Amino acid sequence: MSPLHMGVLAAAADTEVVIGTGETIVFWVLAPVALAGALGMVLSRNAVHSALWLVATMLSLGVFYVVQEAPFLGAAQIIVYTGAIMILFLFVLMLVGRETSDSVVETLRGQRVAAIVLGIGFAGLVGAGIARATEDLPVVGLTAVQGTVGGPAAGNVEAIAAVLYGRFVLAFEVTGALLIVAAVGALLLTHAEREPGTARSQKERSRARFLTDRPQTLPGPGVYARANSIAAPGRLPDGSPAPSSFATGVEPVQVDELPRTGSVGAEREGLPHAGGTDAALGTIGGGTTGPVPGSGEDAPR
Amino acid sequence: MTVFAAADQPTLVDFGNDVWWIVLIKIVGIFGVLVLMTLFAIVFERKVVARMQQRIGPNRVGPRGYLQSLADGLKLAFKEDIMPALADKPVYFLAPVIATIPAFLAFSVIPLGPTVSIFGERTPLQLVDSPIGVLIVLAASAMGVYGIVLGGWASGSTYPLLGSLRSAAQMISYEIAMGLSIVAVFLYAGSMSTSEIVAAQADGTELSFFGLEFTGPSWYAVLLPVSFVIYVIAVVGETNRAPFDLPEAESELVGGFHTEYSSLKFALFFLAEYINIVTVSALAATLFLGGWRAPWPISIWDGANTGWWPLLWFFAKVVVALFFFVWLRGTLPRLRYDQFMRFGWKVLVPVGLVWILVVATLRAVARESDLDAGQVAVFVGVPIALVLLGGLLLASRMRNRDTRVAAREAAAGGPAPAEPQVLDPQGRDRASGGFPVPPMDLVVPPSPRLRRRESVGAGTVVGTGRRSSSTTPEETDDV
Repeated sequence: MSPLHMGVLAAAADTEVVIGTGETIVFWVLAPVALAGALGMVLSRNAVHSALWLVATMLSLGVFYVVQEAPFLGAAQIIVYTGAIMILFLFVLMLVGRETSDSVVETLRGQRVAAIVLGIGFAGLVGAGIARATEDLPVVGLTAVQGTVGGPAAGNVEAIAAVLYGRFVLAFEVTGALLIVAAVGALLLTHAEREPGTARSQKERSRARFLTDRPQTLPGPGVYARANSIAAPGRLPDGSPAPSSFATGVEPVQVDELPRTGSVGAEREGLPHAGGTDAALGTIGGGTTGPVPGSGEDAPR
Repeated sequence: MTVFAAADQPTLVDFGNDVWWIVLIKIVGIFGVLVLMTLFAIVFERKVVARMQQRIGPNRVGPRGYLQSLADGLKLAFKEDIMPALADKPVYFLAPVIATIPAFLAFSVIPLGPTVSIFGERTPLQLVDSPIGVLIVLAASAMGVYGIVLGGWASGSTYPLLGSLRSAAQMISYEIAMGLSIVAVFLYAGSMSTSEIVAAQADGTELSFFGLEFTGPSWYAVLLPVSFVIYVIAVVGETNRAPFDLPEAESELVGGFHTEYSSLKFALFFLAEYINIVTVSALAATLFLGGWRAPWPISIWDGANTGWWPLLWFFAKVVVALFFFVWLRGTLPRLRYDQFMRFGWKVLVPVGLVWILVVATLRAVARESDLDAGQVAVFVGVPIALVLLGGLLLASRMRNRDTRVAAREAAAGGPAPAEPQVLDPQGRDRASGGFPVPPMDLVVPPSPRLRRRESVGAGTVVGTGRRSSSTTPEETDDV
């Protein structure tokens, strides 16, 4: 039914492994890159650098797949793993913050040695298992399994499609259902409950705002230029605090102010606009209601 | 299912047999084409958008200003290269390179023309093809995201970081919509290789419409209109272009991910952005607009699809697509970020999924009832798509009905808005209650620096005093 069976039957295909020059070059260039990426991922202190090293490894593996006549697998590896999943990793790492690097203090005594020993042991177990399992498998050759481009069987993409949607269609659909359940579960756990239809649109909010007395935005706190605390309220033009700028939950504080700076040079020269633009325009004078904390005379000489 | 129209049409078997110097010529040619297209696209965009805004646009450098982008590129190369103090140096250095290389790579699978003869060698006008051709473009664009994301992160500054976070979310979501829109094309062409998709669009199906025999359309833009619309919208988001240019929204994030970049590194980002635009335009031409094949009135001429002529048709299609990009930028305001993400996930992706279902059903029906797929598409798909588009148009008009009615009433002289209230600055105390308005009897004192000029009378309103940048010491002593 599947190409695999036909391949096993036609085991007379050449089992001699011939590696082309291009494949050899690609291997000897990219294998060190993949290995260095894996080591760099473990060894680098910065989490984003670790993720980047892993990207290098995954890219190399993707190219290996392509070179070994599995172009679809290679493209899927690059698009799905390097393109989407690692970007999501980076997304989280960047949200955590760029200064987060690993602490060099060992919290468990002997942790590194134990990790290295256990890691080597695990690699040995897995490697031995796979080696034993594939020891006596008959080698039929790639062409027998997936055909070639332009040949009788159509090639890698069609072969994967036939296996995935033919022989393993149940496993494929079960995996799909599992992924959907996982996605729905994640949505359910992070979803904030809100009555549907209660969210107001921008147009509605804008209209509601223009029906009030204040269509414009609230004034900000007086942190600009003369104080750097949000407890300092914004000033009205006469210098009195603006009530609408009080921050919620913070007692408004009258901060000490710098004297209003006039044009110092002009005062020295005794010019008519000494005392700054305020004096020249007449904005401070008889009409002010609040205290005037500083005037041109107090300006530092 | 693919019927090859001519012997010139390359197939997958024709690739990988070239002599090394032909490959070299093709590589250099693609590089040159991309750089030239970038230079052209920048100046084209500036001139077109200028015309749309009743301006002339760049008109100084070179003939009619067409060398402006070349001059800008040279200027960029000679600028000072600034490395921010807080930057992560290796990543900051690598990011523009990571952005640029996939942009160049993606163009390698675009078919520019049929099999031609270069110095006696018969070879297709396409660097490489593979059974997964279009996926290579997707993979390259997935890699290009890294350049933007890492550039923003490595700058060590707030605006770039926000820009790169936005671009990461945006490019992932819109790449899904883009991939879904292409699936229908794969289904119809029966292949993912770019050259075979072009071949599949070679001949329209023979239709008989009430006894009238004619050749139906063969472009997938007509056969798969929903896919085409989704693709066009998705690639605008994918290339960070207006109205989806949120990662570099200059009114919110200064320059977005490239705020801190300067000189050649900035130039590389710029280059990558425009190459991506050219690549998605070329891919749109390949997947939906018949590739390098001549459009209908020209295709009557037998020689239109042979030799080097198809290069002309291909680049004409690419330039039309570029014009569409510029047109969008000149017309639409930038979306708000949440609206943008909602549009991607709640409109584009579901519509794409349903459309794939429809297309697959039509294909299955066509195969079971022994009909031609093209006939089914034209007689079922196109009417359905037209009804769908009409329904969407009606729905959007219904939703904005009250706004439209209000606008029409206002234009017809309906209830006028209240007279604007102007406070009398003389009669009221400016400081208490009213908005701060300048006094009507405002007299600006004469600038001391201008006192030497006797022509300035006291009390008259004079200039700002900024003009005295060349004040000499003697003058100040005098004053």
